[in-house]
Amino acid sequence: MLKYTEEHEWLRLEGDIATVGITAHATELLGDIVFVQLPEVGATLAKGDGAAVVESVKAASDVFAPLAGEVVELNQAIVEDPAIVNADPQGAGWFFKLRLADVRAMDGLMDEAAYKKLTG
Amino acid sequence: MDQPNLKTTPLHALHQELGARMVPFAGYEMPVQYPLGVLKEHLHTRAAAGLFDVSHMGQIVLRAKSENVREASQALGRLVPVDVVDLAPGQLRYAFFTNARGGILDDLMVANRGDHLLLVVNAARKEADEAHLRAQLGNECDVERLDRALIALQGPKAEAALALLAPECVSMRFMDVRTLTLMGAECTVARSGYTGEDGFEISIPADIAREIAEELLANPYLAPIGLGARDSLRLEAGLCLHGSDIDERTTPVEAGLFWAIQKVRRRGGGREGGFPGAEIIFGQLEHGAARHRVGLRPEGRAPVRAGAPLFAAEDASVQIGTVTSGGFGPSLNAPIAMGYLPTAFAVPGATVFAELRGERLPVAVTRLPFIEPKYKRG
Repeated sequence: MLKYTEEHEWLRLEGDIATVGITAHATELLGDIVFVQLPEVGATLAKGDGAAVVESVKAASDVFAPLAGEVVELNQAIVEDPAIVNADPQGAGWFFKLRLADVRAMDGLMDEAAYKKLTG
Repeated sequence: MDQPNLKTTPLHALHQELGARMVPFAGYEMPVQYPLGVLKEHLHTRAAAGLFDVSHMGQIVLRAKSENVREASQALGRLVPVDVVDLAPGQLRYAFFTNARGGILDDLMVANRGDHLLLVVNAARKEADEAHLRAQLGNECDVERLDRALIALQGPKAEAALALLAPECVSMRFMDVRTLTLMGAECTVARSGYTGEDGFEISIPADIAREIAEELLANPYLAPIGLGARDSLRLEAGLCLHGSDIDERTTPVEAGLFWAIQKVRRRGGGREGGFPGAEIIFGQLEHGAARHRVGLRPEGRAPVRAGAPLFAAEDASVQIGTVTSGGFGPSLNAPIAMGYLPTAFAVPGATVFAELRGERLPVAVTRLPFIEPKYKRG
């Protein structure tokens, strides 16, 4: 299941683990990303907590926890090479995986059609 | 972007057709980047050549009422600690307006055009600079704002690109300024720039600016470059941005710009002083300034931006300095910054700490510039 947030994040659910990243639209807004800071494995995040930081050439941007959960895995590749996020934001550019506190909360997020409508 | 009352340059429509992302800057709607993106635009400029629209900057003619350029030079010398009188026709020089405290009102380029001086000033300060010139020099000089476009051509392929329109440009050296004819139009061309690369800054009549820009862009080596890359390029070159690295509270000595104050204007020189803040600046030249602008290299990959406080130690509580410009240097593939530190810490090789998102990050003090300039001298 693939869902989106208004803060331009995407989530892909497998079981109770959601892979989280930022959308292609977000990377277009940000421009070239030069730095990524990921959360710690084991961190417990509430929905809306600051989870990660991306820096483009010009400015820093926060990535928020789209839903409550525990961080179980990080994508170290994008820390080593932030350009991967621009190149493949919804694939190889994933940020971290969350074990969701409540899988049903995914229902409250936007589907692809709704996100496309939001971003015009 | 839909902001009312934003001014536009003669190349505005061209930027939009090229797919630029437009942003407000100094009251103008300007391209911050094109589809290539800031990183690639920056690297392209250093590898090949970039074309920048800087028409938002101020171009001001200073002409003595007597028509004698030496009078205009003497007059301007009352406002800048730089030697203008000995600036030969066809030459360009870096200068700055000072205030009574030795602070910098604006930095600018001054060209001797034979019978008048041409000043190029920052966009954000151009109205204030014009008023300053009129108020101080209005009795002996006419001050005229030019309504022309200004483009910069920067990079190793800039000369070859411009030579297709004006072959004589190849005989120009760094800081030369000439009138060249481009596509039938008289343009003022200076071999100068704000990137650390060889290149030219070209003043063009507004009505033919787009045609000339398009002709230049037809060259496969040339790409249009936005303000985003312009900023990362000048930061790597260690060049100041007025309003960030220099302002009314920084003196040229603190800013490391005292090289621009020729000996003849210093204590003991033939045209000693006679500009605002001379005593304070001379005092700093003689006894040293309390703080200095330095290059900064944060450890790791996180950029440290303007405004970040600097500390002597990881757990120190007293701020000793501030970052004035910071970002990412694509040619270095690393974050870089500039800031001010007390003299004792302003030593290449020293380590200070920047506060970033609540943490203290080690930052190395370095020399400026970060890259080797490629000016065409001699």
